[in-house]
Amino acid sequence: MAAIVDRAGASAPVPALAVTAWTATTAAGPGRGALAGALREERSALRRNDFGPRCGNGEPLPCWIGRVAGLEESPLPASLSDWECRNNRLAWLALRQDGVLEAATRAIARYGAGRVALVVGTSTASIGATEEGYAALQPDGRLPRQLARPQLHSPHSLGGFLQQALGLGGPVQTVATACSSSAKVFAQAARLLRAGFADAALVGGVDTLCGSVLFGFNALELVSPEPCRPFDVARRGLSLGEAGGFALLEREGDGPWLVGYGESSDAHHMSSPHPEGLGARLAMRQALARAGRRAGEVDYINLHGTATPKSDEVEAAAVAALFPASTRASSTKGVTGHTLGAAGIVESVVVLLALEQGFVPGTQNCGTPDPACGPQLALRNEPRECRLAMNNSFGFGGNNCSLLFERGPAR
Amino acid sequence: MTRWLAIEGVGFWASGLPGFDALRGFLRDGSRPEAPPLRPAPALLPPNERRRAPDTVLLALEAAQAACAMAGRDPAAVPSVFASCHGDLAITDHLCATLASVPEQVSPIRFHNSVHNAAAGYWTIGTGCHAAATALSAHAGSFAQGLVEAAAQVLVEGTEVLLVGYDAAAPGPLAEVSPSEGLLALALLLAPCDAAAGGHRRLRMALEAGGAPPPEGPLAQRLGRNAMAPALPLAAALARDAGGGLLLHAAPGSRLRLELA
Repeated sequence: MAAIVDRAGASAPVPALAVTAWTATTAAGPGRGALAGALREERSALRRNDFGPRCGNGEPLPCWIGRVAGLEESPLPASLSDWECRNNRLAWLALRQDGVLEAATRAIARYGAGRVALVVGTSTASIGATEEGYAALQPDGRLPRQLARPQLHSPHSLGGFLQQALGLGGPVQTVATACSSSAKVFAQAARLLRAGFADAALVGGVDTLCGSVLFGFNALELVSPEPCRPFDVARRGLSLGEAGGFALLEREGDGPWLVGYGESSDAHHMSSPHPEGLGARLAMRQALARAGRRAGEVDYINLHGTATPKSDEVEAAAVAALFPASTRASSTKGVTGHTLGAAGIVESVVVLLALEQGFVPGTQNCGTPDPACGPQLALRNEPRECRLAMNNSFGFGGNNCSLLFERGPAR
Repeated sequence: MTRWLAIEGVGFWASGLPGFDALRGFLRDGSRPEAPPLRPAPALLPPNERRRAPDTVLLALEAAQAACAMAGRDPAAVPSVFASCHGDLAITDHLCATLASVPEQVSPIRFHNSVHNAAAGYWTIGTGCHAAATALSAHAGSFAQGLVEAAAQVLVEGTEVLLVGYDAAAPGPLAEVSPSEGLLALALLLAPCDAAAGGHRRLRMALEAGGAPPPEGPLAQRLGRNAMAPALPLAAALARDAGGGLLLHAAPGSRLRLELA
């Protein structure tokens, strides 16, 4: 481990990138204002599950979800209707909030369609459409005609849709590393800019509720029957959510800034974290090293904090070991649910809200913290001038990513 | 064009051509191994895990291990990029069929193996690698976009990087909408030119507007129906020790121009 840490520690600080537009659409509503409102009011957007395949008793899986309202009544424009599915509807809704679509269009005009990279994350893309098709197979065993569209049944449905919608011609990648997907897009985009493949990048992520994740996490016994309670000593698992979000990265701007990223692998297990949080620690240290910052300078950390028993315990211990008590930390998944491949962008937006609005959001639904938690954990909202803030996203396969953002404009 | 990158190692595995030497032989004189194995058996996995692992994982790990072995690099220290058009369609088929009948019977192991980064996960676990690993997809441009990300890591982070492109067969109803036949993987171990020992093949690239010609020739006739087929022109050029230019499909309306030396 020492060699790896030394290697990460030796990473020279990298140039910061300006985040010139940013947005998230979650169960709290369209756009970052809705998310900020829910966080400010310490209001959970979770509801009883009313989605997905029915269990043997005819009922939906008994759990709580973060569902985005209105997607059923929001079809894609006719020119994009070949891409029609729940996930792309949410992508389209999210893209049109907070001026992101306009900013992306300006970037294309300024740099050229071939010089704006598109790097987006998802864990299940539009597998919901594949599930629908299997539930309605024709007598000859084929998918129903209206769902026999090749572009939908692909992990790249999200990236392919956005590329066509925006007319982009630069690097186009759909990153699918489970729950770290839309955090890693920031790292990959930063590299594409520095390597000269692009001059700006639209990054983000979208994941929608589907049977696979509800019943898959249920099979792993990780779904809570009650609204999730991250870091609570009596937590019972996660609440799934859906969300979409985007950010535009450019070399120049007024900030906020992406100042560091760290990526690592646990090398331990496909679906449970390294017991000492080795990968998580490596990712956090690497992000600090790339930014040329010390742990004590970090004002706020948005934790991965899924409310599953093991992963919260491991992350809490890792943060307690690396950061002083002056660093505040929380999980906001009690507000949005765990939005899987969209968690990276949603919680990057939470971090950017904390920097912009000067507050640390609390840990919704956490009453009595797990003994593994350090003094960093914020249970309730706290006013705090934040200058430097981190976002952690950890996924299946032991795939970890930490991002570090700094408030603008003084640079 | 980017700066030059060194290709320190190549790994290849395909149905009927189980390894880079088999590919060289086929391109030289059309020869094919007799009774080739139906699926790879990467030494990295213990025998019991080899039996249970999805085909995509076996395929990706076999090619990855071969590329690292040719390069003489310890996989534990190498960041990796896994690119696949479809991921594991057999698992998608099983998941969706189960959800349509008895959703409570979704298998926990199949579910965690369904993530697009399953191969990356098994690779890092099997090699004890704590470095960054990513998994991406870009339809028929998956290999080219993976190569762009791998090249960006080499150029920006100054590290060697493993790239693995792989796809497997489409079963059931998915065969119509996500067509892919057989197994095909190409892996490259890329390094900064200044850090690599001399004598390696070199590669540089640029993304540009335009289309790429579909792969053709005897190799494409054998393997062109696999979703990773857009990587075949590069595999063939490496196996033939050929230099010069190549065009790979990158996305609708764009291509990756490669220069091999």
